Amino acid sequence: MSNTSAIDNQFLETELNVKAKRSETLFRILFMMMAALLILPVLIILTTLVVKGGSMISWEFLFSDPTNGMTEGGIFPALLGTVWLVGVALIISVPVGVAAAVYLSEYAPDNWFTRAINLAIINLAGVPSIVHALFGVGAFVIFFDFGTSILAASMTLAVMTMPVVIVATRESLQSVPHAFREACWNMGATRWQTIRRVILPNSVSGILTGVILEVSRTTGETAPIMFTGAAFFIPVLPQSVFDQTMALSLHLFVVATQVPHVPDALPYGVALVLVSMVLLMNSASIALRMHLRGKKKW
Amino acid sequence: MTQSSQQATGNLPNINERNLDWYIDKVVQYLVFLSGISAILLIVGIFVFVTIEGLGFLLEDFSFREFFLSPWWEPTDDDEPTYGILALMAGTASVTGLAMLIAIPFSLGSAIYVAEFATGKTREFLKVLIELLAAIPSVVWGFIGLSIMNPLIIDTFDVPVGLNILNAGIILGLMAAPIMTSICEDALKAVPDRYREAAEALGGTRWQVIYKTVLPAAKNGLLGGVLLGVGRGFGETMAVLMATGHAINIPGSVFDSVRALTATIAAELGETAVGSPHYQALFTIGIFLFSITFIINLTADLIVRGIRKS
Repeated sequence: MSNTSAIDNQFLETELNVKAKRSETLFRILFMMMAALLILPVLIILTTLVVKGGSMISWEFLFSDPTNGMTEGGIFPALLGTVWLVGVALIISVPVGVAAAVYLSEYAPDNWFTRAINLAIINLAGVPSIVHALFGVGAFVIFFDFGTSILAASMTLAVMTMPVVIVATRESLQSVPHAFREACWNMGATRWQTIRRVILPNSVSGILTGVILEVSRTTGETAPIMFTGAAFFIPVLPQSVFDQTMALSLHLFVVATQVPHVPDALPYGVALVLVSMVLLMNSASIALRMHLRGKKKW
Repeated sequence: MTQSSQQATGNLPNINERNLDWYIDKVVQYLVFLSGISAILLIVGIFVFVTIEGLGFLLEDFSFREFFLSPWWEPTDDDEPTYGILALMAGTASVTGLAMLIAIPFSLGSAIYVAEFATGKTREFLKVLIELLAAIPSVVWGFIGLSIMNPLIIDTFDVPVGLNILNAGIILGLMAAPIMTSICEDALKAVPDRYREAAEALGGTRWQVIYKTVLPAAKNGLLGGVLLGVGRGFGETMAVLMATGHAINIPGSVFDSVRALTATIAAELGETAVGSPHYQALFTIGIFLFSITFIINLTADLIVRGIRKS
């Protein structure tokens, strides 16, 4: 009897204990509210976009041309232009980005030069988008003489979003256990055979999540394409990569700021389409990543 | 037995022979290396091409005093164009400053909650929401500033214009917070669990463990995350262009409209003739922006690397 009470006494709460517990509860609630306050405005914003722009969304809105000085009609040329820009940017950046990640993960020694490459990747992602636009104008539009075209705009986008692919791919390659490589080398395979037959097949889904993320980033970018290939309004659809095009992100900027007498709901509709596309792609990427995490056997 | 093993040795390929696979391996190695260094080439390329386009202005009309100390940005003045970016720097600084005032406490708080307090489903849910938050394009944020925040600020504070530092600062804060939250969360995650276990074994509550042990250990990573957030805010273009009011102004209060460096380039580049002093002056602003963000990113990297070494 007396024994148990001694133990009970040992765990009795002192004044100091109670104070510490109280401050813990206080901070837990404070930080929870901060996290909630970070997310709340976004939920409000998304709801507003749906409420005000939802009435605009229809097949006709998505698949017809803007009419009457862009105050009526649909967004089809902008939607198609975004597909062009993103497609060409992917064709350029995915092979280079994946190869760069293969180098960093499989070949690069741990020295100052590799650190310089990593620093360059961080900087490539951190340079302001408008500076990327200036680079696109100076390099692709003027120096390589592509003119303001889908090609110039897509190359600018590719340069800007390549770090997304590199980082995701590198992570995915590094998650393949080293034993897989050793087993393959011991069979007499060359480095490339190991990468192609063992490492890439085991990390292809991880690379895919990075590519989807890049598509999402590229879809939303506006500043880098403003002066390199996207135009406010073009009456014809692009026929080749040397044509200019409209783009959804720029179209939102234009109808929100540049065109007079636009009905209120129109820019909300455009914003809703853009946000839905981006969020859908990001959700797909997240879902794929979670699915993979559950499936991993090593 | 002996015979069969001899036969096997005889059939083994000569490993010194340079067959097709050997050459493919070499070629791939060079291709992959070339892609690897492309990041460095591109960063150098960005600096070189932007500098080339701005060089004419740097060599002729550029005056250090006027460029950095004059508040007058009047490149289209017929008689005497002036290129002073002081007011533009003030605009960028005030908006970024307010954004960081909002974003830093909120992202630190959220990062601590997600990394240290939240568990299981709640944590996954918060992480996904924060990641989605980071995905909203900047032009959409700008549109939100223009169409939702603008009337809200006019009504709430009874001011004539709602496109001002307050508007752009809040928008930019909301944009930077998710990025900073996930970097800070990574920094907290990098603190080994044995630190927490040791502190808890000494009888510390969860908060005492975080405050006395985890935060000091993650200090550099957190600082690096904050710096990267500053860099993002500093370089943001579309949202700032749409939400600041775009008026050249050295601000006196948060209700003043301002104009940012990035927004100036975005708004004026399309209207200038290629090669004109005005066009070259915009590229000179670009060199300035590039240099500042390069320094910020470099510092952040050095700080974060500092902890890994020690």
